[in-house]
Amino acid sequence: MENGKKVVETTALGSRSSILDRLSSILDLRKLMNYEPVIGLEVHAQLLTDSKIFCGCSTKFGQAPNQNTCPVCTGFPGVLPVLNKRVVEFAIRAGLAAGCQIARSSILARKNYFYPDLPKGYQISQYELPICADGYIDVAVDGAIKRVHLTRIHMEEDAGKNIHDLHGDWSLVDLNRAGVPLLEIVSEPELCSAEEAGSYLRTLRAILQYLEICDGNMEQGSFRCDANVSVRPAGSAALGTKIEIKNLNSFKAVEKALGYEIGRQTETLTDGGTLIQETRLWDENREETRAMRSKESAHDYRYFPDPDLLPLVIDEEWIEEIRASLPELPAARKSRFISEYALPVYDAELLTSRKDIADYFETAVKTHANAKSVANWIIGDLFRVLKERKLDERLTITNWPVRAQQIAGLVQLIDGGKISGKIAKTVFDGMLDSDRTPREIVAGKGLEQVSDTGSIEAAVEQILAAHTKQVADFQSGNEKIFGFLVGQIMKATQGKANPQKVNEILRQKLKADR
Amino acid sequence: MNPAVLTLHDAGEKLRKHELSSQELTLAAFQRISETDDKVHAYITLCRDAALAQAREADERLKQDGNAQPLLGIPIAVKDNFLTRGLRTTCASKILGDFMPPYDATVIKHIRDAGAVITGKTNLDEFAMGSSAENSAFFPTRNPWNMERVPGGSSGGSAAAVAADQCVAALGTDTGGSVRQPAAFCGVVGLKPTYGRVSRYGIIAFASSMDQVGPITKDVRDCALMLEAIAGHDPADSTSTDRSVPRYSDALTGDVKGLRLGVPKEYFISGIAPEVEHAVRDAIRLLETNGAVVEEISLPHTEYAVAVYYIVATAEASSNLARYDGMRFGHRAVAKDLLETYMLSREEGFGPEVKRRIMLGTYTLSAGYYDAYYLKAQGVRALIKQNFDAAFQRCDAIITPTAPSTAFKIGEKIEDPLQMYLSDIYTISVNLAGLPALSLPCGFDGDGMPVGLQIIGKHFDEATILRLAYAYEQATEWHRRKPRIED
Amino acid sequence: MKLTREEVQKVATLARLHLTAEEEERLTEQLDAILRYMEKLNQLDTSRVEPFTHAVDVVNAFREDKVTNHPNAEALLANAPDTDQTFFKVPKIIE
Repeated sequence: MENGKKVVETTALGSRSSILDRLSSILDLRKLMNYEPVIGLEVHAQLLTDSKIFCGCSTKFGQAPNQNTCPVCTGFPGVLPVLNKRVVEFAIRAGLAAGCQIARSSILARKNYFYPDLPKGYQISQYELPICADGYIDVAVDGAIKRVHLTRIHMEEDAGKNIHDLHGDWSLVDLNRAGVPLLEIVSEPELCSAEEAGSYLRTLRAILQYLEICDGNMEQGSFRCDANVSVRPAGSAALGTKIEIKNLNSFKAVEKALGYEIGRQTETLTDGGTLIQETRLWDENREETRAMRSKESAHDYRYFPDPDLLPLVIDEEWIEEIRASLPELPAARKSRFISEYALPVYDAELLTSRKDIADYFETAVKTHANAKSVANWIIGDLFRVLKERKLDERLTITNWPVRAQQIAGLVQLIDGGKISGKIAKTVFDGMLDSDRTPREIVAGKGLEQVSDTGSIEAAVEQILAAHTKQVADFQSGNEKIFGFLVGQIMKATQGKANPQKVNEILRQKLKADR
Repeated sequence: MNPAVLTLHDAGEKLRKHELSSQELTLAAFQRISETDDKVHAYITLCRDAALAQAREADERLKQDGNAQPLLGIPIAVKDNFLTRGLRTTCASKILGDFMPPYDATVIKHIRDAGAVITGKTNLDEFAMGSSAENSAFFPTRNPWNMERVPGGSSGGSAAAVAADQCVAALGTDTGGSVRQPAAFCGVVGLKPTYGRVSRYGIIAFASSMDQVGPITKDVRDCALMLEAIAGHDPADSTSTDRSVPRYSDALTGDVKGLRLGVPKEYFISGIAPEVEHAVRDAIRLLETNGAVVEEISLPHTEYAVAVYYIVATAEASSNLARYDGMRFGHRAVAKDLLETYMLSREEGFGPEVKRRIMLGTYTLSAGYYDAYYLKAQGVRALIKQNFDAAFQRCDAIITPTAPSTAFKIGEKIEDPLQMYLSDIYTISVNLAGLPALSLPCGFDGDGMPVGLQIIGKHFDEATILRLAYAYEQATEWHRRKPRIED
Repeated sequence: MKLTREEVQKVATLARLHLTAEEEERLTEQLDAILRYMEKLNQLDTSRVEPFTHAVDVVNAFREDKVTNHPNAEALLANAPDTDQTFFKVPKIIE
């Protein structure tokens, strides 16, 4: 890499890599015509409760290792679990939002296996009677809506973390995460491409964020995804060999891994090979999946109902209470933004991708009803600052660099002809981290747009006089000079001249000067 | 008179009247321990200094409080599967290594708050798996009535300690009879409360759906007082009931007129030692004489109880014991990699009975066998519970022998696990149904070994059991007999 | 024979128990006898009962979502066979 740009070998026929790309895509195309991918996704969402699922330890991320622990979540002798009611509430919320059946009676079960990050030697999860069953997520795919069905949603506890690389012969175990509540959300194998999968994940994440039950941060591990991938002859109904892919740490990784794996499976079968049902890990560095090195004999989890926990009985009243408290969900909100605010689909999608942004937008529009302009400022300038300051990494932004009312005020000034769009950028920067209204900033910096004919005429004449050569150029047909002259006039007026007026008057003067 | 032989209620009275101090009482217990425990081996860990410190504190409290709680200043022994903060807890196993609990079991908190003095941790079958205390990783405990005999199990150490006056009372746990059977073998009183009556938090789990803490005492009144001190809801135990705790000592009136007693015919068919049957039938007649109404009943699925128990309990245990893996506490073997560390640590740490039960439990839960064994067993368990539900329509309590024989010889059954399991036949159904049951002495056999009478009650009706037990006890002298622990 | 030696080995691995050859043999015999004894349960028709799961008369034991535990890594690590004072050290995990 040089200067951040990839160095590409060039030959007489064009770049070498581009030839290979073209060749391989032709070959891929031929292969892909025979096989179609079938993808199911298993998402583990960490819930935003204050305490863990079965004990009173904090779920706060980023603590020093093994600080958020107690005998219960570390599987000491003699301990017993007690279920956090809020976890159940969150599970029901998610289930209702996804149109699931909520089980009136549900059981927690033990999933037994040995691993250093699993202190009890079993994970408390749900098996035969999960809290939510069926349901669906509507996903935007190529402009159409595809309904992706869910198999189930259930509650379980997270395991701790193993850290492998520091010591030679040892691994290190941190149990802060052990016992953090998770929802496992399982989709039916109905996704047909890496893109669909990406779209499904983004949609699901937005729903969970709107519900305020998960902050959806894949990089931090609060939203994790395992994929089940198989391929089958196009049009056939039977499912091929299912291969599980783990270690997907970002949306990009999911899409890349799926793309790779689909290609690998297709190629294997096309070449006459066979696939074995296995778990493969995505290698971020090599950008490939590889079989797990440890010989994982198929796990026999020996599920049975956990005798330390009681059956979970959920009554209608509680369900209705929760249903009544659900917020407007992303899909509904996006539709409403399109219809109520006449926003293009693209804008509506971006503005409703986060609940706090959507709320912010509506607050601004309530103050000044130019929805499209407000949207532009949010999507352009506000998003830029949020990203720079990494404020978009939190589930809910609380310390906005600019308040919604300030943006509304800014748009109002532009719409009222008080400032130009260009000056508005300066005002925007002035509003950052400031309580001052745009009006105050404009007044304070003397940024009011100059629109009176007299001042503008004077400026135009001044510039024309100082640039006779360019004027002559323009008169001989060089239209490009017009922009230069406008630029000079704006400079001379510190950008405050009303651009339309400048244009008008300059054209007039130039015509007149012929 | 040696204070060590006092009952809890008598000792308590003397303490409150300042005729005796807790320190004197505690020293008497430790004197008794030093005289007898090299033969009985009831204790794994003694805590003399801590106990005397607790006794001093108790004496301070007794000075100010004339109306003190019954357990204040009373020396109590605790089975070594209760977690006791700062006091080594082994579960009679090598796998816990030098494990030092960072917290107290809820029940321990209760008795500490009540001012009891903890004398030490008593021996048991490893992980409470056994009926003789021979499965301890350390040593077998001996029956104070006869050193060649087992004290019963798994709470053998606690029962022996009470019988030998090495403490005033003790705590045990009962999963398949582990409080009642040793109480019967050692001639003392042992109660298994209704499942959920007493908190399980801090008790090393064996079979989670059956484990219960139970008191082992010198007489029935003591038992009622202990139960009052330990029963109650615990928010840390999801399976504990939130029913209020009655004053159980109010049931000790001696009046049993009109109480309907069921005698299950299946408990008297075969395998029962004649002297045991004789003593038990005498006891039933005595209760009848005192006004109880006796009727033969049927618990038709009794013969299936052992099979059900050994599927369900071992399945739960195999899962409960997975945490003993050498990773975060306890014994870790020297091994070449992770897998071997697991395998060797557990191989080295667990004794043969524990391994056997883990294997059985793992097998019956495993793919392909779950339905045939575990699910089937839980179905039969429901049938067994139905048996009791039907019986309790017609009677207030059920009377049976506690065990088919008196204490057997050390080494007699240990080689044949199935034989050992079958000797639990009278106690096991009670745990499967979650019912309360008590054992108290009702006689001796020709070898001078105690015979136990079991009284089973309805859910949460410990009061009726205690009423019947008290009436029987007060009409007899068995509870006054003590073993002679000379060579 | 209900139970083969191979099955015993498989179960031992599942249960993370390294059995000696002698133990394997003995256990195969003993477990076989026990499992054959358990066959007697098949004499009963359980198709019309709900399998027993809980003895208690309660459902829904919950806790409130409150942080009630104070960080105390020292107490936790105090019993560990091997730590570096911050983490538990365990033999290397290979994926």
